[in-house]
Amino acid sequence: MKVSRLLLAAALIVSLGGIGFAQSFEFVGAGATFPAPLYTKMFDQYAKEFGVKVNYQAIGSGGGQAQIKGRTVDFGASDVVMTAKDLVDAPAEIVQVPMVAGAVVLVSNLPGNPQLRFTPDVVADIFLGKIKNWNDQRISSVNPDVKFPNLNITVVHRSDGSGTTGVFSDYLSKVSDEWKTKVGMGTSLNWPVGIGGKGNPGVAGLVKQLPGAFGYVELIYAIQNNIPYALLKNKSGNWIKASLQSTSTAANVPVPEDVTKLSTTNSDAPEGYPIASFTWLLLYKEQNYGNHQKDKCEALLKMIWWMTHDGQKYAEPLAYAVLPAPVVAKAESIIKSITFDGKPLFAGGM
Amino acid sequence: MDGDPEHGTRRMRTAQASDSAFRITLFFGGIVVSVLLIAILLSLVLSSRPALVANGFRFLTGSEWDPVTNSFHALPFVFGTLVTSLIALAIATVLSLALAVLMGEYFRAGMFASVMRTAVELLAGIPSIVYGFIGLFFLVPAIRVVQIVLGVPPFGVGILTSSILLAFMILPYSASIGREMLMLVPSDLKEAALSLGATRSETVWKVSLPYARSGIMGGVFLSLGRALGETMAVTMVIGNSNIITANLLSPGNTMASLIANEFSEAQGAVYLASLIEIALLLFIISTVINILGKVVINRMVEAV
Repeated sequence: MKVSRLLLAAALIVSLGGIGFAQSFEFVGAGATFPAPLYTKMFDQYAKEFGVKVNYQAIGSGGGQAQIKGRTVDFGASDVVMTAKDLVDAPAEIVQVPMVAGAVVLVSNLPGNPQLRFTPDVVADIFLGKIKNWNDQRISSVNPDVKFPNLNITVVHRSDGSGTTGVFSDYLSKVSDEWKTKVGMGTSLNWPVGIGGKGNPGVAGLVKQLPGAFGYVELIYAIQNNIPYALLKNKSGNWIKASLQSTSTAANVPVPEDVTKLSTTNSDAPEGYPIASFTWLLLYKEQNYGNHQKDKCEALLKMIWWMTHDGQKYAEPLAYAVLPAPVVAKAESIIKSITFDGKPLFAGGM
Repeated sequence: MDGDPEHGTRRMRTAQASDSAFRITLFFGGIVVSVLLIAILLSLVLSSRPALVANGFRFLTGSEWDPVTNSFHALPFVFGTLVTSLIALAIATVLSLALAVLMGEYFRAGMFASVMRTAVELLAGIPSIVYGFIGLFFLVPAIRVVQIVLGVPPFGVGILTSSILLAFMILPYSASIGREMLMLVPSDLKEAALSLGATRSETVWKVSLPYARSGIMGGVFLSLGRALGETMAVTMVIGNSNIITANLLSPGNTMASLIANEFSEAQGAVYLASLIEIALLLFIISTVINILGKVVINRMVEAV
C-alpha cells in the first residue's frame, strides 16, 4: 500500500516534470504515514497549480523527526508533537506547524455488535487489565440497553510504533493517573495486557476475528472500512461519536502561545471528541543553512501556507479533519516567524 | 608429423592466464563475502553503541521492554525466537524426512515425482507475507477452535501458531536438500542391502538415511537459519506480546518481529540503538547456531 502510494506520487511527479513553469522548485519531505494520502493529494494539486514539486516519503513519524534533525530533508512530518526532550539534540530551533487533525476510535467484537458507550476510566482500566470481562458492572452501568455476555475481554493494540498509539496513550495518561505512572505516553509502549496487530488493518483484523476483542484504530480507517465504533464520554460529560466534525471541534479551544502545548486529547470543547490530535510539519526557524537559497525557501513557506489554507479543502474528502480557525491563525503566525538570515521570509497570503 | 610446438606453448600460456583470472575472480568473490560479513558485524556494533553503554549486561537478563522509560531488555524476544524456531524445526524435520524419503527413494522419477518436486520448490518460492495471510486466515481460526475446545483464551495467534507456520515455511528447504542427499546414496550400497534380504524400509533406515545423515542435518540447520530470521509471517500470527511463558498457546514475540514493528517509529538515540542491539544479538545467535550445526555435522561425518 505504502509503496504503491509512493510509486503513484513518484509517477505523478515525473509526469508533471514535462510541464514548464517559470520557477520550478523541488522539495524533499519525509515522515508520518498517517497524513501521507492527504499530502500526496495536496502536493499533486500544488504541483499542477504552482509547478512546485515535492518528493514526500512516508517513512514514519520517528523517521521524519530524525531526518529533519539530520537536515537531510526540507521538512519533516510527525503525528506526535516533538517535545523539548526530542528537540534537545537538534542543530537549531525547529518550528512545528499543525496541518490537519485525526482521531482514534474504539472498536470491539461482541455478539450483535451493539452500539457501545465508554467512560474514560473504564477504557483505561480495560487497557490496564483491571476490567477483564464484558459482564463487568462498570461497563454495563453505562450501557443499560446492552446485554453483555460472560466473555473475556481481549485487548488488541498496535504492535508497530505509531502516532495512533501516541495519541491514544496521551489520552489515557490524561484520564488515568495509574496509566500515567504505570505505562505512560509513547508511540510504542510496554503494554500491561493484550496482543498486538501490525497497523490499523492488523488491529481491525484481530478484533474482527476474536470474540470479545477490544482495540483502537484511526477514525479514517474505521470510516473507510465501515467499522462501527463506540461513543466516548468527554471531559464535559457529553457522549460524543467521533466524526470529522467532532474531531475539528475538539481542537477548537483557546490556543496557547505555544501551539505545540495545545491539548487536543481530552479536550475542553463541550462537543469535541476526546481522542483527537494534530499532525505536524517540522522545519527550521532559520532557513539559511546548507546551500539554501532565499527564493526557494520562500516557495516552501508559500506552499505550507497553502496547505493550511486552500489545501485544507482536500482534507475532508479523504476523511481528515480540517484545522479550526484559531489554529489556522496560529499556523499563520508560525509560518511568518520563519526567517532567512534573521529576517522574516514570508509575509503570508498567496 | 609433430604439431607446431610453438602453438602448444601458446595454448598453454593462454590456458594458464585464463586459469589465474578465474582463480582471482573466485578469490575476489570470497573476499567480498567475508568483508561484507565483517562490515555488517562492525556496523551493528557501532550503531548499537549507545544502547550497549546504556543497557549494559542486564540487556540479556531482564524481561522488560519499555520505550517510554527507555528500559530495554531482550529476554522475551530471544525466548520467542528460539522457542518458535526450535518447535518449527522439530515439526519440519519429521515432515521433511518423510518427504525426502518419498521423493528420494520411492518416487525418484515419473509424473508423481515431478509433481511432488515442483510442489515443494513452489512452496519455497512463496513470499513470506503470503504465508502470513495463509496463517492468519486458515491456521489462526483452526488453532482458535482447538483453544475453545481446551477452554483457554481463544487468541488463535501465538507461539504455537507461529511455530507451525514456520515449519511449513522451512519445510521445502530441508526436504529438497534431504532428497538430493538421498539421491546421492550409491545404488551399490542399497542393492547390497536388498540382496542380503533387507526390506525396502530397512534399506532406507539402515543404509540410505545413515549415509545421507550429515547432508540431511545440514539442510535442517540451513532451514533453522531461515526460521530464526523470519519476520513478516511471524509478526502476523504471533500476537506481539512481550512476555515469557511456558504456555505455547499464548502470544509471544520474536527478535525479528520486534525490529520490524518498532524500527520505523523509534524515537530517541537509545531506543533506536537498542533495536539495533537486538539485531546484533540475532546475528550472534544465528552465527553460534550455525557453528554448532557445523560441529554436529562434522561429528556425524566422523561417526559414519
